[in-house]
Amino acid sequence: MSALKPKHQRLVLVVLALVALVGAGLLAAYALRSQASYFYLPEQMLADPPEVGQAVRLGGMVEEGSLQTADDGITLTFAVTGNDGSRVPVRFSGIAPDLFVEGSGVVAEGRLGADGTFVADNLLAKHDENYVPRELQEMEQHQAAKMAEETTVGLE
Amino acid sequence: MHGFANPKRFLSLANWLTPLLLVAGLLVSTAALYWGLFRVPPDRLMGETVRILFLHVPTAWLGMGGWTAIAVSSLVFLVWRHPLAALAARAAAVPGLVFTLICLASGSIWGRPTWGTWWVWDGRLTSMLVLAFLYLAYMALAQAAEREGVSPRIPAIFGLLGAINIPIINRSVVWWNSLHQPPSITMGKSAIDGEFLVPLLVAVTGFSLLFGGVVLARMRALLADIQAEARLRRKAMEAA
Repeated sequence: MSALKPKHQRLVLVVLALVALVGAGLLAAYALRSQASYFYLPEQMLADPPEVGQAVRLGGMVEEGSLQTADDGITLTFAVTGNDGSRVPVRFSGIAPDLFVEGSGVVAEGRLGADGTFVADNLLAKHDENYVPRELQEMEQHQAAKMAEETTVGLE
Repeated sequence: MHGFANPKRFLSLANWLTPLLLVAGLLVSTAALYWGLFRVPPDRLMGETVRILFLHVPTAWLGMGGWTAIAVSSLVFLVWRHPLAALAARAAAVPGLVFTLICLASGSIWGRPTWGTWWVWDGRLTSMLVLAFLYLAYMALAQAAEREGVSPRIPAIFGLLGAINIPIINRSVVWWNSLHQPPSITMGKSAIDGEFLVPLLVAVTGFSLLFGGVVLARMRALLADIQAEARLRRKAMEAA
């Protein structure tokens, strides 16, 4: 070490400290992996179900064709699907957010019932990472692709 | 880099670069916001609220960019002992905090109509709130270093420590199930349609120019403070 100039010694020290710090931070973040998640996916809820009545959140996609409104007009039933096709039925009474539609993401706050149905007190709509203008959505697939190509020239 | 460690040479550059960056930043970000708020079509699902994108995303990136600047400057200060680097770190704190707060506020306003809630304690939102608190703590430490005789190395070390939060914010939506959507823009790929993406990138450019201008202006002010104080002290010594 004595051969090193003081500023190089400081550099080595700071870099070592940073590596240790980043390593510790990443390990901590990794350890928090499941605990820090905001919600259960359906496959996680099926594989390792929370206790009946414990307040948890369930997140996933609203299955196409599963959304039904009960006769009272405010009770919704639908199924939330995960990445591997597993599904959890959900019941919710109340006003759903505007973005809540079939085929979009949802986070339901509530508890798992004894019959395996998730009873939600609150629904949060989850937006995905795609931003598409309205007029593009109405187009046929190939038209949209062509339009996207024209409007994004030089962006890649 | 070493050349600009000299305050005189830094000032000769900053004196003309500051107004240039501020004016260019104001023009570009105003144009981008006009484009985003009035010219862009509504989103397929979110409708008109998609326009918050053009404020929310640039401020989020610059909120994180501000701390990255603090961390890099702190590293340079600790290793090479450049006094200007300490000033640069201090100068980045206020605009960084302001952008972080705008990001949190605009995100909250966006969350109400889209998600159905103003706030949730998910990974992304919480880590961004932590960033705002880190800025406050850093500013308190930097002020203590200036006024109370605390070593300037203390805020610099804190600036480096706090940098661990930046990758956590960035990865929070990937590591943990989160109400916030995963990143739309990743290396060379974008899930944002061109009609939104182009004004967004213009807005990012404009806000970045503004950020740079504010940092330079604050560095000049801090330098002037130090020089005025040194002059006063010299006067007092001569009088005694």
